[in-house]
Amino acid sequence: MEEKKRIITISPITRLEGHGKISIFLNEKGNVKDAYFQVVELRGFERFCVGRPVEEVPRITPRICGVCPWAHHMASTKACDAVFKAEPPPAAKKLREMAYSAHMMHSHQLHMYALAGPDFYVGPKADPASRNILGIVGKVGAELGLEVIHARGYAQRIQEIVGGKATHPVCGLPGGMSKALSDEERDEIEDKAKKLVAFGKQALSLWDDLVMKNKELADLITGDTYYHETYYMGMVDENDKVNFYEGKIKVVDPEGKEYVRFEAKDYLDYIAEGVEPWSYLKFPYLKGVGWKGLVDGKDSGIYRVNSLARLNVASGLATPAAQEAYERFYDYFGKKPVHNTLAFNWARIIENLYAAERCLELIQDPEITSKDIRGELGEPGEGVGCVEAPRGTLFHHYWADKDGMVTKMNLVVATVQNNGPMCMSIK
Amino acid sequence: MAKKEKIKLAFYWAATCGGCDVATLDIEESILDVVNIADIVLWPVAMDFKYKDVEAMGPKSIDICLFNGAVRNSEHEEIAKMLREKSKVMVAFGSCACFGGIPGLANVANREQIFNVAYKETPSTVNPEFVIPMTECEVRGEKLTLPEFWDTVKTLDQTVDVDYYVPGCPPVVDRIKDAVGIIAKYAETGELPPKGTVVASDKSLCDECPRERAEERKLKWIYRPHEVKEVDPNKCLLDQGILCMGSATRGGCGARCPNVNMPCRGCMGPTAEIKDHGAAVLSMIASVLGLEGEESLSDKEIEELVSNIKDQLGTFYRFTLPSSLLKRVIIKANREK
Repeated sequence: MEEKKRIITISPITRLEGHGKISIFLNEKGNVKDAYFQVVELRGFERFCVGRPVEEVPRITPRICGVCPWAHHMASTKACDAVFKAEPPPAAKKLREMAYSAHMMHSHQLHMYALAGPDFYVGPKADPASRNILGIVGKVGAELGLEVIHARGYAQRIQEIVGGKATHPVCGLPGGMSKALSDEERDEIEDKAKKLVAFGKQALSLWDDLVMKNKELADLITGDTYYHETYYMGMVDENDKVNFYEGKIKVVDPEGKEYVRFEAKDYLDYIAEGVEPWSYLKFPYLKGVGWKGLVDGKDSGIYRVNSLARLNVASGLATPAAQEAYERFYDYFGKKPVHNTLAFNWARIIENLYAAERCLELIQDPEITSKDIRGELGEPGEGVGCVEAPRGTLFHHYWADKDGMVTKMNLVVATVQNNGPMCMSIK
Repeated sequence: MAKKEKIKLAFYWAATCGGCDVATLDIEESILDVVNIADIVLWPVAMDFKYKDVEAMGPKSIDICLFNGAVRNSEHEEIAKMLREKSKVMVAFGSCACFGGIPGLANVANREQIFNVAYKETPSTVNPEFVIPMTECEVRGEKLTLPEFWDTVKTLDQTVDVDYYVPGCPPVVDRIKDAVGIIAKYAETGELPPKGTVVASDKSLCDECPRERAEERKLKWIYRPHEVKEVDPNKCLLDQGILCMGSATRGGCGARCPNVNMPCRGCMGPTAEIKDHGAAVLSMIASVLGLEGEESLSDKEIEELVSNIKDQLGTFYRFTLPSSLLKRVIIKANREK
């Protein structure tokens, strides 16, 4: 008898930050035999940045991702610090982290309300025509809907003040920042940061009320349909708390035990990337565990990054309201690490509150308006820059010649590291 | 007045970063004005419509398509052609669609070189058999396909006929609101601006930059941005010796980079009269170096001065290499291994 095969192609994948398609192959019984998450494009930054002046690279690499341009700008600027053996003055670092916290809020809020969020707030089975940010505004009402829209606007404005542009900032220079903050700018940011802390708390209530109190959705989030026991990676500060801007890279195994903690500059000792012929995106894995294909578990080098991974590796968050939300999160699941993929969305809302509190804390630091924002530069050489991008740990690694021109570049990009897990999840 | 029927609007992204889409959301509640007058029929970053939905539509059934991103692979070209056929008006939205943008810098290399770096030479890559992405491959008895990656990045108007341009990386909110105004007027009256209109200033960036320019400029040295530790916040950056492309670049962005002490890198593209951005920057430099004046520098001094402008190709054509007269760097087959 002739085998009846069906192929389902979902193209393009929508409401994500990038270009992909899903190819699903069904067997004769109509069940899924194989499914592939395919990334359909490459732009080649690692090649075309070669030959560029290294200090210009922070103005080029943000175009890797327009949803998280500050992550690339910051990783790139930190790589330039390292290339020139420069230590930015404390005020420059605080300015960077403050603006970067605002960026985290923008990106997380975009994810919460325009990208993944509609599946929860409007519902996974809703009419596709309403499963979007406009549908959310319709669901929560115009007043709250406008607050959602304005909150991200505040975060964008803070980034614009510091970076010139919210999307594709230009303020990062090797060893520092291009412009100090004025007192008026400081006041405007403080006002917006306070509103963002209030919004951060409201966003958690909204998640509780519209998602976790909906049994069907709560079951989906806590159930085993979207569940993978993997390693997790994220950046932690000296107190083992989540930090987006600087710290050490910590990896925990699927049981939550610390597997390794390393300096970002040593990333090549721990991370490798493989290539498959059916995707333009590479497949990173933990070198020490090895590549065992698209499978989870302790023997597979596949690891996850992004919000849930950060909460899973750290022992908490450094600000009070976010710490409380963090504790409630793990109480709810009753275990750590949490392996439920959809919990990334809840973790994102907790981190959004942390970013707001951190932003406010830094803008209230008396040093934030200091004019001392440029450090001394040494001779150019090699350097690694690393931050936690909204979607996970991000490494930029540059080699420059004596004139400071790029001779070689390597990037390990946040979402790339979730490529394997994403491929497993769609099956 | 009778209620107007809503117009149909499509957004698309090709080789791009998504920043144009984020910028579109930055118009905040004005996006609600857009949905009052328009049904959005495609917007991959924000809505769940698929290519097959657009394929099923008749010719010219979309009123306006806002297309961002350069044309880097076969899928971008196919979708660009399909959307052109289905749309009455095609808008190149953002610098990548208009000029090639940052992804267009890849025209310094070709596919082979880019694949070699991405899938083989980068130190984190472990790929002893040099597997590369294939347009067609078989896995467990199933055929999987990918778009074909081309040697050369193209602009949208090198691919299909384009009616209007909204430059900027990304376009600033005020210019996006201007574009929304054009869409609203069309929805109301059916009227459109002349073909080829660029939604930006017709003057140069210097025209709107608040920094003060010296009456007479004569540069003795050109510095890289990180080499100047104390930047005067009120004085023209070029007068301070920092290479700023403002006078050769179209205005309309609000001088956002000079506002934070950083020089223009030309994301708005060349000014109205000029086709080739790099040529315009060169003539600008010639004029500020006093090459046209009487007391010009000696040849040796000029040579030294220009030699400190590292990477002229990647700086002068930062956003416009595909749309320039050069289009790309010529690479002889198999020369660079």
